[in-house]
Amino acid sequence: MSTTRPRTLFEKLWDRHVVRDETDATPAVLYVDLHLVHEVTSAQAFTELRQRGLRVRAPGRTVATMDHSTPTTRGGFAALPIRDEKTASRVAQVEQLARNCEEFGISLLALGDRRQGIVHVIGPELGLTQPGMTVVCGDSHTSTHGAFGALAFGIGTSQVAHVLATQCVLQTRPKTLEVRVDGTLAPGVTAKDVILAICARLGVGGATGHVIEYRGSVIRALSMEERMTICNMSIEAGARAGMIAPDETTFAYLEGRPHAPRGAAWDAAVADWRTLATDDGAVFDRSIVIDGSAIAPMITYGTNPGMGMSIDESVPDPGRLADRSERENAERALRYMGITAGKPLAGTPVDVVFVGSCTNSRISDLRDAASVMRGRRVAEGVRVLVVPGSQQVKRQAEEEGLDRVFLAAGAEWRESGCSMCIAMNGDQLAPGQLAVSTSNRNFEGRQGSGGRTLLASPLTAAAAAVTGVITDPRTLFTGGSL
Amino acid sequence: MTARSWRFASTYVIIPRENIDTDQIIPARFLTTTDRQGLGPRAFHDWRYLADGSKNPDFALNQLESRGAEVLVAGHNFGCGSSREHAVWALAGAGFRAVISSEFADIFRGNALVNGLLPIEVAPEILARLIANDAAGQHVVVDLETQTLTLPDGDEVRFPIPAFSRYSLLNDTDEMSFLLDASPSIGAYEESHPSSIDTTLLRAAR
Repeated sequence: MSTTRPRTLFEKLWDRHVVRDETDATPAVLYVDLHLVHEVTSAQAFTELRQRGLRVRAPGRTVATMDHSTPTTRGGFAALPIRDEKTASRVAQVEQLARNCEEFGISLLALGDRRQGIVHVIGPELGLTQPGMTVVCGDSHTSTHGAFGALAFGIGTSQVAHVLATQCVLQTRPKTLEVRVDGTLAPGVTAKDVILAICARLGVGGATGHVIEYRGSVIRALSMEERMTICNMSIEAGARAGMIAPDETTFAYLEGRPHAPRGAAWDAAVADWRTLATDDGAVFDRSIVIDGSAIAPMITYGTNPGMGMSIDESVPDPGRLADRSERENAERALRYMGITAGKPLAGTPVDVVFVGSCTNSRISDLRDAASVMRGRRVAEGVRVLVVPGSQQVKRQAEEEGLDRVFLAAGAEWRESGCSMCIAMNGDQLAPGQLAVSTSNRNFEGRQGSGGRTLLASPLTAAAAAVTGVITDPRTLFTGGSL
Repeated sequence: MTARSWRFASTYVIIPRENIDTDQIIPARFLTTTDRQGLGPRAFHDWRYLADGSKNPDFALNQLESRGAEVLVAGHNFGCGSSREHAVWALAGAGFRAVISSEFADIFRGNALVNGLLPIEVAPEILARLIANDAAGQHVVVDLETQTLTLPDGDEVRFPIPAFSRYSLLNDTDEMSFLLDASPSIGAYEESHPSSIDTTLLRAAR
């Protein structure tokens, strides 16, 4: 097929996967290359298949894991001291997933498997997520996989059933949004700070209806793990997906991974992947440019991820918002958070620090947190949870001695899972507790009913852990580096 | 399932907040169910109930005049956050058949449509009029066929609904049937696009 019109990365991915074109009357039928499944959003989909007498169309493109509601304490469910109704329903749900995978012939990386982990951590680390793919999962943070130059998005359970049965989803074509981050990042500023700055700029619904392509010198300089952090939070600005064109960094990450192509197939794949980048002259529906050199460590102060600021700033005054509805919402958020407008957050005491989640639980995130905590102690009265994203990340961290850094500091070192990001598994805040969290959502009660969440990078989270208060991690630097 | 009428009049409940996320609509701790039913009583749980388990008298859903309302009116960017379809199941379980807002998050909108919960997008000034109104005893009329919403004062506004979703709901067909009908095209696509992965290998290797 020859196309002369310059196309964006998104358009190339879309065009490659159209089984049936969108018409005035019907959405496009898009083929799905990789379907990730977990326990919380799949049971009702399998039930639908059973009711309709359907099979899974492409078991070889489907993989399941258990991550959302699983314990991160050692020994899994069997070792839990409490067996209440809540726990029983979690056990029933993971057992249902195991039965569903068995019945429908799907590979399951269950709790206890050495490859288990957060669904968005294990796909890339196994080499299953590859450039040029479409990736879906019943989870909004599926956008993570866009870091590889894939079109990756979250779907509801009805769509999970569609994909299981037909390997396709119905989609209307989204608009494209270019987010260009120019310049170079200052020391102590990480990918998490970049995406929090982007969310603050766009607002929590600012990218609704769009697919974001992240571009610019800052993005090009990021590692794959950092790119995953960026793409992961695309949904927090309302975007359907976020993506980054594949390049040498991508290929170097993938080469040799268990499910990556090998030999001649690898060479052919790389040659193909090189053609995916947005063509010169391709047009985006919208574009924004951010000066990456001006980004400081970021922290949120409100109840959605768009309510973020530089850690050295004062909390914005809702009174300055012209729109009454927006003003009332900002006032309500500050009331919930117990945060005062016009004052800096630095110095505010924290109760809990959470390092983990599909946003920031990879080895580089743990190294960042450890770099701050090494040789320091967790402040009196602060609870610190470090939860690796997968069993593989956990093993690697232990090989590097990071577990000993965390444990020596007085932090908890856990098994892999979503843990306190979604707080379904018993890892949660008590009402009123204030947490600095490396996760992706600071919605009311997200980390436990009545809990209050401040989103930040692993460096900033670790700085709060060792000082007991909100701290600019750059103030802990010695001799220009950590 | 008996065909539902897609023209209905209803009182409505107002939750005037912006950016209502799916964690508020259905908190994550209720997602351990393997059923689509039974989530209605949990809808907006942490706003609806106080810490001691009693009903929050200030919350709209708990007020007497909200009883029987099939339409929810809420602020901009409704349904943002998690992809959990449980949010739609909870709203439907609580008796809602339509949500009116000035914008819906993408995944929520798709989940709502496939479950027959109508996401009715109106201009911000129409939403502001509805929110400023005292909802008690007032009715709106929703008509999917004509894609019109009749406001309490009799004004009519049109709302957008994807043609396919409208057709599916009015004719009681669904997306799954449409996709299954596309099976020959899907097979042809698979023939010309061989897979670069085989996840079944994960079963053999440990």
